[in-house]
Amino acid sequence: MRPSASGRRFSTASLSRPLSRHHVFFSTLAGYAFAKLRFRGNKGLFIFVIATTAVPTQLGVVPLFIVMSDLGWTGTLGAVIVPSLVTAFGVFWMTQYLSQALPDELVEAGRVDGATMFQTFWYIGFPAARPAAAMLALFTFIATWTNFFWPFIVLNPSDPTLPVALARLQANYFVDYSLVLTGVLLATLPLLVLFIFAGRQLVAGIMQGAVKG
Amino acid sequence: MTTSTLPSKPRSPRRIAFSQTLGRWDIKFSPYLYISPFFLLFAIVGLFPLLYTGYVSLHEWDPIGGQGKFVGFDNFAWVFGQRQFWLALRNTMTIFLLSAVPQIIVAILIAAVLDTNLRAKTFWRMGVLLPYIVMPVAVTLIFSQMFSQDYGFINNLLAHFGMAKIAWHTDVLPSQIAIATMVNFRWTGYNALILLAGMQAIPRDLYESASLDGAGPARRFFSITIPQLRPTLIFVIITATIGGLQIFDEPRLFDTGGLPGGASQQWLTLTVYLYNVGWFQSGKFGHAAAIAWILFLVIVAIGIVNVLITRRIASNEGGHKR
Repeated sequence: MRPSASGRRFSTASLSRPLSRHHVFFSTLAGYAFAKLRFRGNKGLFIFVIATTAVPTQLGVVPLFIVMSDLGWTGTLGAVIVPSLVTAFGVFWMTQYLSQALPDELVEAGRVDGATMFQTFWYIGFPAARPAAAMLALFTFIATWTNFFWPFIVLNPSDPTLPVALARLQANYFVDYSLVLTGVLLATLPLLVLFIFAGRQLVAGIMQGAVKG
Repeated sequence: MTTSTLPSKPRSPRRIAFSQTLGRWDIKFSPYLYISPFFLLFAIVGLFPLLYTGYVSLHEWDPIGGQGKFVGFDNFAWVFGQRQFWLALRNTMTIFLLSAVPQIIVAILIAAVLDTNLRAKTFWRMGVLLPYIVMPVAVTLIFSQMFSQDYGFINNLLAHFGMAKIAWHTDVLPSQIAIATMVNFRWTGYNALILLAGMQAIPRDLYESASLDGAGPARRFFSITIPQLRPTLIFVIITATIGGLQIFDEPRLFDTGGLPGGASQQWLTLTVYLYNVGWFQSGKFGHAAAIAWILFLVIVAIGIVNVLITRRIASNEGGHKR
């Protein structure tokens, strides 16, 4: 039996969009705290965040799978969404941007006007973070769209994401290459369209990240 | 910007005291609240699995039956006793070298070209980034077709020029070159952009004074660009190391008939081996967890070696810091 590629696209799409939205919100929130708020342990905790990026996904994949199957989440999109709701990369990225782009005076002015901490974030911090947030959303979207290893392990073959479905097209004794190529084209097309509109920002994002990092 | 003002109405002292307390709490605890999602999630999907991997690696563990008896370091001993493990370690190293070294050299060259006064800058920059957005699975499906032994594009090309066909899917080195090619296809342009950003941060007067002193382009490149690029180079090399040692998509899908990694483990990498042991073949989570820890230590060790080497290569004028 050949799994068809149609219908699988929606798993990937319904994954990529909300995931990048939540990822951006939580990352910006943490980045704002690290960049603009004074609290005990600020520096130490931020270094800890950076240190976590050195831990490879593979290291945790076995117990993560055990946890997910204990929770009964294997085969559901939750198993793919939850682990990347907020990442060290996102927090680092937003912290770097906000510490440069948002003047301290603006935050203080908001506080003097009597805004609560969250209001200051929502009305001052978040709007200021918008350019970097857009970039982060873009990167998250691409990363989620192309991610293979974890979804391949944790999702059911009957409800996969696009890369997993694509991989299965080839996993037969008689491979229909016209089908494979069509699948490849369909899977790549949405990101190509995105790239045409946002490629310029993507280039700028990678180059800015490099200079700041 | 918010327009809310301080309450001006007279209030009872008690209430003021209470709202002040609330405000103090707000200031004190909000930062922790804002960063807590990351730490909570890291505790659940990062730190806990990390420690749990250590725990699982010391036990017998079955995907269905769950935890078995405590076996100490038997899982590690088992892994070290497997011929497949040593092949996977070797393959991971060779594929890593075959991809990382040419990738970074070519990326530096592309960056150097992009750094000159090109027309249509954005076009070229977008062009080198294009492979990055194609999903690795799709890249692998296409490339393994091109590298197909009988009717593949590359072997047909070789035959056209009267050369012998290469056994891309059977021999060790050719198959690893094919896989490294896929990795390079995706990451060279991306790294070139990062290096380009590093190059543009180099003060231009350094080049001018070097030209006045009679340094040619090659001399300027090796004596100014490379040393000045050191921090960026270290960053690129470290990320290439972490990523390169973990590669999975390409070797897993290079040839899907039979056991992942090739019939005689020609391109079995450590991560594919981890997958085979944990899920594809035996379903031994204890063994898989031990492999995960070994992989982690390998990455850390290579990362440290890389930093030391990079420091040495570009240390002549290492005063430049960002």
